[in-house]
Amino acid sequence: GKPTVTVLDYGSGNVRSAVRALERAGAEVILSSKPEDVLNADGLLVPGVGAFETVMRELKAVDAIRMIGRRVAGGRPVLAICVGLQVLFEAGVEHGTEAEGMAEWPGKVELLPADVVPHMGWNTVTVPEGSRLFAGVEDERFYFVHSYGVQKWDFDVIQPRMTAPLVTWSEHGAPFIAAVENGPLCATQFHPEKSGDAGARLLRNWVEGLHGGSRTPQTGTA
Amino acid sequence: MAVAVRVIPCLDVDAGRVVKGINFEGLRDAGDPVELAHRYDNGGADELTFLDVTASSGNRETTFDVVRRTAEEVFIPLTVGGGVRGVAEVDRLLRCGADKAAINTAAVARPDVIDEITRHFGSQVLVLSLDARRTRPGSQPTPSGFEVTTHGGRQGTGIDAIAWAQEAADRGVGEILLNSIDADGTKDGFDLELIRLARAAVKVPLIASGGAGKPEHFPPAVAAGADAVLAASVFHFGPLDMIAQVKAAIRDAGFEVR
Repeated sequence: GKPTVTVLDYGSGNVRSAVRALERAGAEVILSSKPEDVLNADGLLVPGVGAFETVMRELKAVDAIRMIGRRVAGGRPVLAICVGLQVLFEAGVEHGTEAEGMAEWPGKVELLPADVVPHMGWNTVTVPEGSRLFAGVEDERFYFVHSYGVQKWDFDVIQPRMTAPLVTWSEHGAPFIAAVENGPLCATQFHPEKSGDAGARLLRNWVEGLHGGSRTPQTGTA
Repeated sequence: MAVAVRVIPCLDVDAGRVVKGINFEGLRDAGDPVELAHRYDNGGADELTFLDVTASSGNRETTFDVVRRTAEEVFIPLTVGGGVRGVAEVDRLLRCGADKAAINTAAVARPDVIDEITRHFGSQVLVLSLDARRTRPGSQPTPSGFEVTTHGGRQGTGIDAIAWAQEAADRGVGEILLNSIDADGTKDGFDLELIRLARAAVKVPLIASGGAGKPEHFPPAVAAGADAVLAASVFHFGPLDMIAQVKAAIRDAGFEVR
């Protein structure tokens, strides 16, 4: 059967496009914040629109932080989008106040030092060797809408056998992190569900990875 | 590499149907916004804007339905303007699948609504739609020489257009759709002075609108400071590859496009 994906339903914003785009990518999708749906789905998509602090508060309100942590600990795929990516870092600084993030990765989310903010529109990305998420769309543009970004990456590979996360960069005023692939935990600063054919391919790459290789690949998807 | 200049076709929608005629060949239904949205997406549009020109509030439901059906099938950003008065309408539009809402008259009447909407949903969901025109002889002059109009450009307000752009940006709008009432419909090109003044005044992205008649009209608007360009009839009545022609003109002038 098709892999199942739960789109985390919390707060407001346009989540409908994400649901539809994942369905087109070959997943069976539900919109929910119930623990059984969030924990049991083959993949969890965490959308994120609005302010860092608000998104963190809303995630806490549905117990999503604990559930995301449990999924990651169990090696179960999670894809976070836009502010969903930002809250995976240690902290967000908006309007001079610092809010605590989930600290899955080191780093702070800070205002982009650009002439025009928000960074709104289609930008290029620099994809590292070996990326599965960007396979086939390394040279495409993706749609971004944000004012803040992670501009430094100081991930220390402490253990010799640890695999360093793959980081994709973009640039607006300064280089910032456009995507991270870290085992089961992936995130994009841009909106793949709004990035036309390139975004559709990226979502399909993610959905196809959800089977864990145990099931036969699907044919004839849209 | 930098963020690409966005090219945005705008569709006027009344009671769920596109008005102001479309002359593409091969359309099953030239009045269906969803089919046209597809057409523009395939033609390379970077975003789409629906302007709801529905007069009666009863027909507003049809607009929500159009947004819903478009978001089912078209995966580029969608902005909806017309009749947006506050948090409730924006919430409804986002839940239907819109990415941004454009606000005009309601914000002029009560600027606090900008703070309310952006506090709730973030700056990125709100576009200030600003219909500006040069002040007329005999009417109250403004410092910039441009005033804000409402009701589709028919009513002057005496408010300075550039000061209003600045105030709206300070209050939190994510971008400004700057429409020149003087240039609108002329097909003589954008009002470059208006774009330059707004660019100097605000940091948020600027979408230039009004006056485009041919591809060569677009690069000067970008050079004047527009981050995006929006037009209606030049796309509706132009050849099928008009978006590609506009992008080629912008690229030839040294700017990046998708």
